[in-house]
Amino acid sequence: MISVNRYKCGYCGTCVAVCPAGAIELVEAWIEIDGESCVECNNCVKICPIGALEVSDESKK
Amino acid sequence: MSLKNKYDVIVVGAGPGGSMTAKTAAEKGLNVLLIEKRQEIGSPIRCAEGVGEKSFKKFFPVIKDEWISTKMVGVRIYSPDGTLVEMSDNRAVGYILERKIFDRDLACMAADAGADVFTKTRATDIIIKDNFVKGIEGIRLGERFKVEADIVVGADGVESKVGRWAGIDTTLKPKDIESGAEYLISGIPVEDLCEVYLGNDIAPAGYVWAFPKGKNRANVGIGILGSKIGEKRPFDYLNEFVKKKYKNGKIIEVIYGGIPVSRPTKTFENGIMLVGDAARFTDPITGGGITNAMESGIYAGEVAAECIEEEDFSEGGLKKYEKRWRSTIGEENNRSYLLKEFFINLPDGGLNALAHSINKINITELSVKGLMRTLIDKNPWIPAKLAKLFKKK
Ligand SMILES: Cc1cc2nc3c(=O)[nH]c(=O)nc-3n(C[C@H](O)[C@H](O)[C@H](O)COP(=O)(O)OP(=O)(O)OC[C@H]3O[C@@H](n4cnc5c(N)ncnc54)[C@H](O)[C@@H]3O)c2cc1C
Repeated sequence: MISVNRYKCGYCGTCVAVCPAGAIELVEAWIEIDGESCVECNNCVKICPIGALEVSDESKK
Repeated sequence: MSLKNKYDVIVVGAGPGGSMTAKTAAEKGLNVLLIEKRQEIGSPIRCAEGVGEKSFKKFFPVIKDEWISTKMVGVRIYSPDGTLVEMSDNRAVGYILERKIFDRDLACMAADAGADVFTKTRATDIIIKDNFVKGIEGIRLGERFKVEADIVVGADGVESKVGRWAGIDTTLKPKDIESGAEYLISGIPVEDLCEVYLGNDIAPAGYVWAFPKGKNRANVGIGILGSKIGEKRPFDYLNEFVKKKYKNGKIIEVIYGGIPVSRPTKTFENGIMLVGDAARFTDPITGGGITNAMESGIYAGEVAAECIEEEDFSEGGLKKYEKRWRSTIGEENNRSYLLKEFFINLPDGGLNALAHSINKINITELSVKGLMRTLIDKNPWIPAKLAKLFKKK
């Protein structure tokens, strides 16, 4: 699972642009991630200008 | 004021691309809906706000003072070893806009031309009938709605979904997007010049910019190519730069954003067109996308009017749109994309060599083309295939 640290996130939408699965949505001033359609490519985590997206521990297990 | 059930054209997104589409279509007499998901048009900005004077002026009979923060008279580019390349011709060559005001004003112009405008109104899907896009589904202040239209225009920016919903793959590969961060810094010495800093330690496959905003302020930002981001992020690089260069500045705004440096996507399907960042029309070298968004918006508005007149909303009918942008935006994009491929693979030594070769020359043709022509003249090692693209016709 990818999680968003919304205290860091500047809701710029860069992560949305690189998501091949269309699993991320920039709603208004927040990001929503649909875990079901996420393909775990982590492009969003890598592209974020501030590192607001993280792979949460659950899925690392 | 409420949403109608049906419009000729629905435009999703009220950035410069969407507002210009809506304005053009409404001026042609069409029934237009312009929606924006944010509650405020133009804010928060995701931009350094720089535009060339010539390319900006052609859109408006009058340039309003309140749109302009600063008139800039030149560009200074610093290579990794600090060598300066200066481009100026002693008159205003560009503007640093006040986009919070400009974007909003442009949406007002669309409204004045007759378009319905709704903010805090988000498209969540498109309606498809018999293989044609026929409207949108959305949510406005918590209420779901459906509105029909003959043509839907996706002007929904870097995070565009409209194209995807219609089956156009707009996903950007990390190598085709710059990840950016920017501060508006106050209390620093600035001149009416745009500064650009290059180098793999400063901004891998990207650049740092400082664009003046008034007497003692500047938009200081950075873009780094997605494929070059490691542990250190754009924000970290920016902080390093700012700490060195603007120790005493006060940060009064923080901005993040992604800048497509890609080839354009497919831009039309039955009943739909994409404009601006949604179509990936930003320039792959400069990252500038404001004027291309507006230009494509005008084409889309015009083509929408023609197609409605001819009652042909098919792919075949809308292909006119691509024809129009290909020869202008498309040609420039192609040149800049190939140039980007050249520059991102250039080590610092190469960048320095280029800068040394022209640092005694004042370049007066203030454009990527002007700069490249001077460089090509002095550097026969630049691949001929690339050089050819910049020859005077
Ligand atoms: C850091 C940075 C610096 C930049 N610097 C410059 C520069 O100096 N000069 C320059 O020319 N360009 C610059 N750009 C690029 C420029 O900002 C964009 O190219 C330009 O804003 C594109 O205009 P647009 O109308 O296509 O999209 P946008 O301005 O992004 O507008 C899209 C709009 O659509 C809305 N939207 C999205 N989805 C929906 C939906 N589902 N429903 C309703 N509304 C929706 C968004 O909220 C947004 O308001 C920069 C970009 C960044 C990130």
